[in-house]
Amino acid sequence: MDTQNAALRRLSSRIVEARNSKTALEIRGGGTKSFYGNPPRGEPLHVTSLSGIGSYEPTELVVTAFGGTPLAELEAALAERGQCLPFEPPHFGTSGTVGGMVAAGLAGPGRPGAGPVRDYVLGATLLNGMGEALTFGGQVMKNVAGYDVSRVLAGSMGILGVICEVSLKVMPVLPACRTLQFEFTEDAALLQLNRWVCEGLPITASSWHRDLLCVRLGGAAATVAHSRIRMGGQEVEPPDAVRWWSDVRDHRHEFFAFTGMEFARGECLWRLAAPDTAPPIALSGERFIEWAGAQRWYRTADSAVRIRALASAAGGHATLVRAADKSAGAFTLPAEASMQIHRRLKQSLDPSRIFNPGRLYPDL
Amino acid sequence: MHQSTPPDEWAARQTQVVSALAEILPKNCILYRAEDTRAYECDALTAYRQLPLAVAIPQAEWQVAKILEACHGLNVPIVARGAGTGLSGGALPNALGVTLSLAKFNRILAVDPRARTATVQCGVRNAAISEAAAPHGLYYAPDPSSQIACTIGGNVAENSGGVHCLKYGLTLHNVLRVRGFTADGEAVEFGSEAPDAAGLDLLPLVVGSEGMLAVIMEVTVKLRPRPAVARCIMASFATVESAGAAVAAVIAGGIIPAGLELMDKRMTAAAESYVHAGYDLEAAAILLCECDGSPEEVDEDIARAIGVLEASGATRVEISRDEQQRLKFWSGRKNAFPASGRMSPDYMCMDSTIPRKRLAEMLRAIEAMEGKYGLRCVNVFHAGDGNLHPLILFDANDPDEFRRCEQFGAAILEASIAVGGTITGEHGVGVEKLNSMCVQFSAAERAQMMAIKSAFDPAGLLNPGKVIPTLQRCAEYGRMHVHRGAMRFPELPRF
Repeated sequence: MDTQNAALRRLSSRIVEARNSKTALEIRGGGTKSFYGNPPRGEPLHVTSLSGIGSYEPTELVVTAFGGTPLAELEAALAERGQCLPFEPPHFGTSGTVGGMVAAGLAGPGRPGAGPVRDYVLGATLLNGMGEALTFGGQVMKNVAGYDVSRVLAGSMGILGVICEVSLKVMPVLPACRTLQFEFTEDAALLQLNRWVCEGLPITASSWHRDLLCVRLGGAAATVAHSRIRMGGQEVEPPDAVRWWSDVRDHRHEFFAFTGMEFARGECLWRLAAPDTAPPIALSGERFIEWAGAQRWYRTADSAVRIRALASAAGGHATLVRAADKSAGAFTLPAEASMQIHRRLKQSLDPSRIFNPGRLYPDL
Repeated sequence: MHQSTPPDEWAARQTQVVSALAEILPKNCILYRAEDTRAYECDALTAYRQLPLAVAIPQAEWQVAKILEACHGLNVPIVARGAGTGLSGGALPNALGVTLSLAKFNRILAVDPRARTATVQCGVRNAAISEAAAPHGLYYAPDPSSQIACTIGGNVAENSGGVHCLKYGLTLHNVLRVRGFTADGEAVEFGSEAPDAAGLDLLPLVVGSEGMLAVIMEVTVKLRPRPAVARCIMASFATVESAGAAVAAVIAGGIIPAGLELMDKRMTAAAESYVHAGYDLEAAAILLCECDGSPEEVDEDIARAIGVLEASGATRVEISRDEQQRLKFWSGRKNAFPASGRMSPDYMCMDSTIPRKRLAEMLRAIEAMEGKYGLRCVNVFHAGDGNLHPLILFDANDPDEFRRCEQFGAAILEASIAVGGTITGEHGVGVEKLNSMCVQFSAAERAQMMAIKSAFDPAGLLNPGKVIPTLQRCAEYGRMHVHRGAMRFPELPRF
């Protein structure tokens, strides 16, 4: 605790200095997700010194860790006790941190069954733009005391404050798990996935790319075995399946690989979030579909305007994830009434706009 | 009547507000005479009562927008109200404000079986959603005990729970999108039917905001396939400690039951004499442990759970034979509150959450408080998620008993904070737990919450005076409290 207290004091005084000198700060953990969002600006504010698992009670299903704790360290501690973060946060490298995981708010293949990152955030201590340490939420499952500020940090891209400590809900690793492969066209795959989910089959992940549909089942051994017979398909060997889902999660699959040449041709990686019942979206280029249709990746040179219009028509939104030029804005803007709330919320937590300016939206 | 407002001024203000409302609503949708507004003077926390300036009962969204706009122009507070089943006074009227009854917005707009969603107006009852989804084999999971009466709008405002939260989550985890109005009547939407919405995720602020950030008109909820089977284990324990340890062992064993409830001996006795559920009256505590899912899954989980419970020292274990017996097991738990009502003229239901492992210690502390405050208390516990509901028995006609009951309640909440818990798990802060907020949160944290309210509602007109206590109130309440038991980062300056 002494080390962390000292680190926290240093961060707090650095924030106060930055506020007085109107210096922008780029909050930095492991730097594995600096490609995500609009380009980082400002002097780096390193938070990795604020590291360590503060408390972990497997029987309470709660772990509390400092923001700079390596994600890999946290996951290893959970695995030792047969528990996990079931939304499977992407790593994109070895040095990612728990705070970065929350700030980016990205979930992996397990998201549809498990829920988003924010559903696992039980509480957090943050440093706001005045350098004040504030704790919201708590370390228990059910808590409605005051506004749930800690959950808003999930996906906030660091613009609301420095995530110093976070309490997360954890879950037991499912007893059984199997991956099946099928051949389906895009529209047939989407419809089939909707049907399977409606039937209550224990689907914990899905991917579709070039007519190959992969579906992961998880749960009680008997249920998984039973569902596997019902669904047919071809079973993937367990080690191959594990590799497949971690490659999808961390964008190591070749679909996600970009070289300078492709960027030069104007090809970008887009993420479209849509209702899982949305029909195929007519963008040019290759696609990779996850979350039973709710998360769709595109490698395309189509215009940002067209992509955002189609995403919106499908009931979702589009994010420019990898590109040589992000001047079109990484994130889709919300409606103006909501944007006004965004501006005032930012103002209330970070009035001098020192944290990650522009990382989410240009004027935040 | 509001104490600080002279009667003449109050009457003039009422006339002004009622005439503004009359331009928007038909006469029969505006109540302002005391005999008419009396029905709205409290919610299910009847110990706090207040007549509003007026009650507006709109039936179209454009009317709601206009009412908000008009009240904003006149600087009149708005208290949105659903079925009025809240347990913390969240819908307590404002003496200088309009109570906005949203009861007429009770239509189910769409049930989409393929997307597994339902879109409903805010005044739709919780149970009505599951009824509408049932033909598709789907249901809405959160099940607060008031579910036959409470509305989804109120559930969103309170982030309501229920007995199945551990496995299926709270309201927040089951709501995809809400649409409504800001304090000045502008349309606004939070969340999305896509897995996320553009920008900051404001849904977790709005869900559980107790009507202070926006007025919710429409909600899209997630539906789940109804589990094919549910079976319930009833296990008896000779001590509360061993029952508490059994709960931890079940979780450590990797089992997430659909429901995991604990009742102490007095509660069991009260429930048994009320509904004859077949409870073991010799046990110091009984656990109800329910597993649901596919038949194979339930068999597997029940077998594992029984093994764990027996290894943890259960003195008697019974498994529900059929649906009828399962419901019978639950009937006592679901009737815990009315059963307590038979033991005493009044009871006050507390709602703190604590780390499960501190349960036995907490129950001993409550027992000691019974002696100190001279009142009895019975306990039911959502053991799976650590949410404790001590019911303090008292007689509201005896002012001294009421005062002691309030002190007893506050002492339970402070003890909950001290063991690392929170003052409310699912009932909300409302007006009831304002003082306890001073203990759980620092002045800077409360100021930050107030700033967040202002970000949504700059004029401060939505349900003012609830949830976040003023500095002055905390100062008045403020005997020196140790902040959160053991303070996080004690060396850091707090501003």
